[in-house]
Amino acid sequence: MFRTLLIALRLATLWLALGFAALAQDAPLQSVLQDNRAGFEKPSRKTVDGVIAALLDAQLPNAPAFLTRWREKEVWQRKEDKLFFYARDNGDKTYTLIDVDTGAEDGPYDKKALKQLKPNSGVRGVIATALVVFQLTDPDPAVREAGLTAIERGPEASHLAALRGSTEGEDVPALKARKQRLERLLTITYDKDSAARVAAIESFAGDLGVDARAALNPLLTTTRRASAERPADINVAAVLAPGIDLPRAEAYALLVEAGLAPPQITAAERKAALIANIENGAIAGTPIHTLNTDAARDATYAKLAAAGLVAEPVDTAFIDAALADNVFFDAYDEPDTAVTTAAAATLEAIEMRVGLNQMADLALDGLSLASIYFLAAIGLAITFGVMGVINMAHGEFIMMGAYTGYVIQQVIPDYTVSIIVAIPVAFAVTFAAGVAMERLVIRWLYNRPLETLLATFGISIALQQLAKNIFGTQARPLTSPGWLDGALVINDVVSISYIRIAIFVLSLIFLVVLLFILNRTRLGLEVRAVTQNPRMAASMGINPDRINMLTFGLGSGIAGIAGVAIGLYAKVTSELGADYIVQSFMTVVVGGVGNIWGTLFGATMIGFLQKGIEWLNPSNTLAAQTYMIIFIIIFIQFRPKGIIALKGRAAGD
Amino acid sequence: MERSFFARNPSALIFIACLAGFTLLITVLAEGFGADVISTSMVKTLGKTLCLCLIAIAMDLVWGYCGILSLGHFAFFGLGGYMLGMWLMFERTKEIVVSSMANAPLPPTAQEIRDGIGTQIFGVVGGSEIPGIWLFADSLFAQLALVVLVPGLLALVFGWLAFRSRVTGVYLSILTQAMTLALALYLFQNDSGLRGNNGLSGLQNLPGADAIPQSTMSIWFLWASAAALALGYLLAAWIVGGKFGSVIRGIRDDEARVRFLGYNVEGYKLFIFTVTAVIAAIAGALYYPQAGIINPAEIAPIASIYLAVWVAIGGRGRIYGAVIGAAFVSLVSTWFTGGQAPDIPLGFYTIKWVDWWLILLGLSFVAVTLFAPKGIGGLFDLIEGRIAPNRHGADLGPDMSALREKEASE
Repeated sequence: MFRTLLIALRLATLWLALGFAALAQDAPLQSVLQDNRAGFEKPSRKTVDGVIAALLDAQLPNAPAFLTRWREKEVWQRKEDKLFFYARDNGDKTYTLIDVDTGAEDGPYDKKALKQLKPNSGVRGVIATALVVFQLTDPDPAVREAGLTAIERGPEASHLAALRGSTEGEDVPALKARKQRLERLLTITYDKDSAARVAAIESFAGDLGVDARAALNPLLTTTRRASAERPADINVAAVLAPGIDLPRAEAYALLVEAGLAPPQITAAERKAALIANIENGAIAGTPIHTLNTDAARDATYAKLAAAGLVAEPVDTAFIDAALADNVFFDAYDEPDTAVTTAAAATLEAIEMRVGLNQMADLALDGLSLASIYFLAAIGLAITFGVMGVINMAHGEFIMMGAYTGYVIQQVIPDYTVSIIVAIPVAFAVTFAAGVAMERLVIRWLYNRPLETLLATFGISIALQQLAKNIFGTQARPLTSPGWLDGALVINDVVSISYIRIAIFVLSLIFLVVLLFILNRTRLGLEVRAVTQNPRMAASMGINPDRINMLTFGLGSGIAGIAGVAIGLYAKVTSELGADYIVQSFMTVVVGGVGNIWGTLFGATMIGFLQKGIEWLNPSNTLAAQTYMIIFIIIFIQFRPKGIIALKGRAAGD
Repeated sequence: MERSFFARNPSALIFIACLAGFTLLITVLAEGFGADVISTSMVKTLGKTLCLCLIAIAMDLVWGYCGILSLGHFAFFGLGGYMLGMWLMFERTKEIVVSSMANAPLPPTAQEIRDGIGTQIFGVVGGSEIPGIWLFADSLFAQLALVVLVPGLLALVFGWLAFRSRVTGVYLSILTQAMTLALALYLFQNDSGLRGNNGLSGLQNLPGADAIPQSTMSIWFLWASAAALALGYLLAAWIVGGKFGSVIRGIRDDEARVRFLGYNVEGYKLFIFTVTAVIAAIAGALYYPQAGIINPAEIAPIASIYLAVWVAIGGRGRIYGAVIGAAFVSLVSTWFTGGQAPDIPLGFYTIKWVDWWLILLGLSFVAVTLFAPKGIGGLFDLIEGRIAPNRHGADLGPDMSALREKEASE
């Protein structure tokens, strides 16, 4: 290890001096190679350092290229004069040799006249380390960046000196910052000086980077151990009391492992010992058929032990004494106390900030889920909330919108254009479907809500099966345009994908447009009038049939647009709508029927709640949904009319 | 002098006679017992259909008579099946474990048997511990009691919460649907203790009855299902026949008016909801040993909606209507989806009923709702020529009862 370090240092100085190096000989590289011929012919993990050092001492500009090709097993030796060459395979078992200094070609030579240099993986590792140093000081910034990335992937102690040597001369500010950060990270792990490590650790306080936590966490790994008395020379994290911090069985197992106590006889071992001592259908005089309880087996085993046939069982009193006599503790794997203390403090500060940022991330997730629920439920808020018509086929309208988007993408290959076309087309298709359904079915069932529910359910299963017959059961992709790919990354913890932002924006637009239509336009006025009192509205010259039809069409059309948006981030299947229908109804009911704002609040509450429950129990989204539904059932106990309840005559009943 | 029960409910007598005749016919023709005309799997299908008729009666009571469109009764059906399935699976596995340990050099301890059962049952979800809810799984009587108690308590608590806060109409439907969804999602988890989406299997093998062939067993279950259906029918007829029945019909037609007359509407609704949940659970406990397997997909919300479909097609507000609807739709559905229905070639396209049956069902359901609110049961009115006279104060019938107050009085 020390030698590798030395090489790295030499390499760094070498590179600066290269410009002044004069080429004294015609073939300087070949002569260096010949001087260390044995080392190149048969390199080992131990000898290769010296060979590379010799190569570097010669300060040759073509050394990195040679090292690279050596590592890639592209260097050959000519048997007759033992000279080294690069070789090109001619395909017919002959090779053209290329001079390592001049690049002059020679040959072809038969394969038998040559010998390939095949450094083993250990040697190749050393070569790679040496090469990294060249990369870090390469004039090309792209190569330097690649070198840094390589170090980030597989940091080694030898990189530290190289990094330190190259940081000073770095002229690209971004690369310099990266080098300095990497240098501090490597200092934490590999430096020998305790004070330098502590300083590096403390410099990361509050840093959100995953790499910082990855460097700090290994410092705090502990091993659970047991010993007769508390050792002085070990960096102890915590002393454990058996039975309180540490289960007794585990504590005793530690003692056994440390050789401080004899092993306990397990049930399986006891059984094996008993079976081994069966004589004439009995064990130590006890008939076998009575041995179907633990107590009987214990007693028989004790008899065997007393006869000296098996190992003495360990009884509870002995375990108690052994646990009381020994010390159990968690020991840091890192021996330096100052380092572990600093790391613990810094990690705590980092965790604190990570926690805060996770909350922010969770809030973003919740917001995004809320906007999806809002989008799925907003059409329902109009048909169910405003008109009082319960439409179980609403989910199928969402599905219809998503499939419309899919079909349009098959026709128009450009994703951006196809999405822009798909939105109005999806609206038109589902608007038409909604109007047709209203005319043919629902208008005969006004005022009979339960029957509407069942009839629309019939339509729902028919539409679902129809979609399966047309598009098959496998999921169809609805691809988002390229500019919606990727995510807005705020830091290593907080990020949100652009599609979710787009859905959020879309739901905001819906909210504004719907509020405008319902509150500021003639149609909205008529809708509200018909909803409150159809007969009175009719006598004022409003045609309730037409208004009902248009309102239902509007709600269905919005479901179609929601389908395009949902299809962008979820796969399009015939069950797409059914997955959202219960949640959509929940959203409307929780929010309060008859009010767009209510739907907004309902969606927000359900979205945040679901994310919150998932955060408490991240492994289990099914459980999160279960608990959320139970919460909603209980919530409706306290506010049966939802968050925003209509009051007075508008409430209907 | 009051007329006797059967004089008041002539349909009950006819129904039971038909059911007895049907059961006898199947028994005589069945594979294990008589003429060997009907295969064992067909007998099982018929037995299962009888169980579905029983839960349809429960649905008719709660929806057709009391006006509560519950979309959660299949959850109770499934829970009943799970409760009995736990005993069947536990005891059956115990037999297998004990017989496999019989040749071991030492007789197994109770703990070793338990560990063996745990590994056998829960190995599939990566566990070997027997969860706490299986505490009574080794006792048939405890699990039979749980068949009634668990769904009954769930219905009681849920109904109490829902009815006391006056959740009615479609809101109640959505709430019951949410309850079903929550239960299904919960059971889908591997750590729910009921084997997640694997469900319970091997339920067709009764513990200790290895010697009895499935053909005989299926006939026994057919008899049990028929007996349960007959009892359920009588119970339902008795409940709706008396004064109690008048009150729940009153609740269906105008809840507020019944409340103002001094009746405890919530109590009546809660009673009906819980009793029907228990009937559904018993139907489930008889159904799943015949089906052989139960998993959470069985109690997804869609199943409960299909239940409503059966009752609506059969004709709600009359008990035999529910039975006819359940039997007719589920048997026709089996026929179509089983691939037995002939395909219809149209030249340019062949209609395969496996694919098109659900569309036909959905559309015919819409048609029934729109044009024949009385369902198949309405045909009996035509035969008897006794279309209800248009009198004020007469029972408005289930289709009119769903009208809102003002429209109903017009």
